[in-house]
Amino acid sequence: MSATEKAAPAGVPSLDVDPFSTEFFEDPHAIHDVLREAGPVVWLDKWGVYGVARYAEVHAVLNDPLTFCSSRGVGLSDFAKEKPWRPQSIILEADPPAHTRTRAVLNQVLSATAMKPLRGHFTALAEAKVDELLSRGSFDAITELAEAYPLSVFPDALGLKQEGREHLLPYASLVFNAFGPPNQLRQEAIERSAPHQAYVAEQCQRENLAPGGFGACIHARADAGDITHEEAPLLVRSLLSAGLDTTVYGIGAAVYSLARFPEQLAKLRSDPTLARNAFEEAIRFESPVQTFFRTTTREVELGGHTIGEDEKILMFLGAANRDPRRWENPDRYDITRRTSGHVGFGSGIHMCVGQLVARLEGEVMLAAIARKVGSIEITGPVKRRYNNTLRGLESLPITISPA
Amino acid sequence: MPSITFIHPDSRRQQIEAGDGESAMQAATRNDVSGILAECGGNAMCATCHVYVDEDWLSRLPPMGDDEDALLDGAAAERRANSRLSCQIKLDADLDGLVLNLPDRQL
Ligand code: HEM
Ligand code: FES
Repeated sequence: MSATEKAAPAGVPSLDVDPFSTEFFEDPHAIHDVLREAGPVVWLDKWGVYGVARYAEVHAVLNDPLTFCSSRGVGLSDFAKEKPWRPQSIILEADPPAHTRTRAVLNQVLSATAMKPLRGHFTALAEAKVDELLSRGSFDAITELAEAYPLSVFPDALGLKQEGREHLLPYASLVFNAFGPPNQLRQEAIERSAPHQAYVAEQCQRENLAPGGFGACIHARADAGDITHEEAPLLVRSLLSAGLDTTVYGIGAAVYSLARFPEQLAKLRSDPTLARNAFEEAIRFESPVQTFFRTTTREVELGGHTIGEDEKILMFLGAANRDPRRWENPDRYDITRRTSGHVGFGSGIHMCVGQLVARLEGEVMLAAIARKVGSIEITGPVKRRYNNTLRGLESLPITISPA
Repeated sequence: MPSITFIHPDSRRQQIEAGDGESAMQAATRNDVSGILAECGGNAMCATCHVYVDEDWLSRLPPMGDDEDALLDGAAAERRANSRLSCQIKLDADLDGLVLNLPDRQL
């Protein structure tokens, strides 16, 4: 867990906060504010990297993928200097032109057209889940709702077998911890990773993926010659890594927001068509994916500073999504806000390829809540879950009443 | 700097200045044109940036790709012969004066 020896570059405000510490996870907002106000570009002394926390700079870095590359890893680890902990992703951790080809495949497999046939089933299961929870009244909204619902729809949509699904959440938690620095969260996750990695590698193979699912669709694109048969399992792996836990945190964020802002729940109940935007606003407000890194491929001017080649830059998506330079009343959860432009799903060529799956799950769940639930009350201690990249809760005890 | 006009379903005209190299969708969202949702940020996945291109301009746009064609079939509002995705329309000086009609819904 050693800090680096790199000295702060001249003129760049240097801060000694650790954005991967439990102190930060418990309350990032005050520190986000310090980061934003210190300057357009800051130096994070603890890990020897640059940071950007204002909307304008985060947006600029995301939208210049040739200067701020992903192929050297979107975590702290620089793949030019250190072997990746698992074979590198061929989409997330790739640059054009390689990225363009793999991205086109997932774009099609997960497009709006592909979502249409799923909507009816996803809606039915969301309604059944809310009915079941209403009959129980009191429950933990993280395990019983935010985890249970995506687990009931996503693995089937992907085409996974029943057995072994208990590896899915631990694997995702590992992947997102591994983007962080070599702290205890990352080291322990990697030490315990072997069984989860073995499960995931197995499920990415064609014979383990049910026909008609996202996984089978990816393999079919290898038959068509758009990707190779060696690449197909790696693209399936991207969905196993990023497709489940993210929506768990997203739905958790939405329920937690509605529980804390009862007037927004009332608004949603009076107009359930706001469900999709209410989910989107929760992604802006809580930013379930908090951070990603880039690496500079050349010397570049950013926010009035010159940054050299081969430097890691940490983008604070959550801070950008609450930057008062960009958002009016950023600390208010407002389901009628025009949310477009938020960077909770990223921006530019790497902008989340699973965003329509996430929005479908979020929308139908919030629409079911809008129609069936009268009130949401937090009834016990709210506990945070610690992860180097994801922001969300470990436990959210609530009581709901019927509409 | 091309200037383009959006016509809302209620016939209201909104003229905006676009940056060179921007897509019509980017210019619209930057100027808060309410009829363009653009959920996927221009990645040609969502079809919520659907527009009807003014007949005079239709033939002056570059042809559409297969992705765009497939997505337009699933657009929320009716697909017409002049339907395009505004995120796939890159603006340059040649498109100065472009007129785009907004559909009544994007979702
Ligand atoms: C609320 C839920 C989600 C959030 C907040 C989220 C967030 C993000 C973000 C911020 C990125 C950009 C990464 C970068 O720029 O380096 C991203 C990329 C990605 N996401 Fe998501 N995601 C979510 C759900 C999903 C789902 C459901 C899937 C799969 C079905 C998925 C698969 C991916 C993949 C494969 C990429 C890489 C895309 C690329 O590099 O072109 N995500 N996501
Ligand atoms: S913005 Fe999504 S298809 Fe144009």
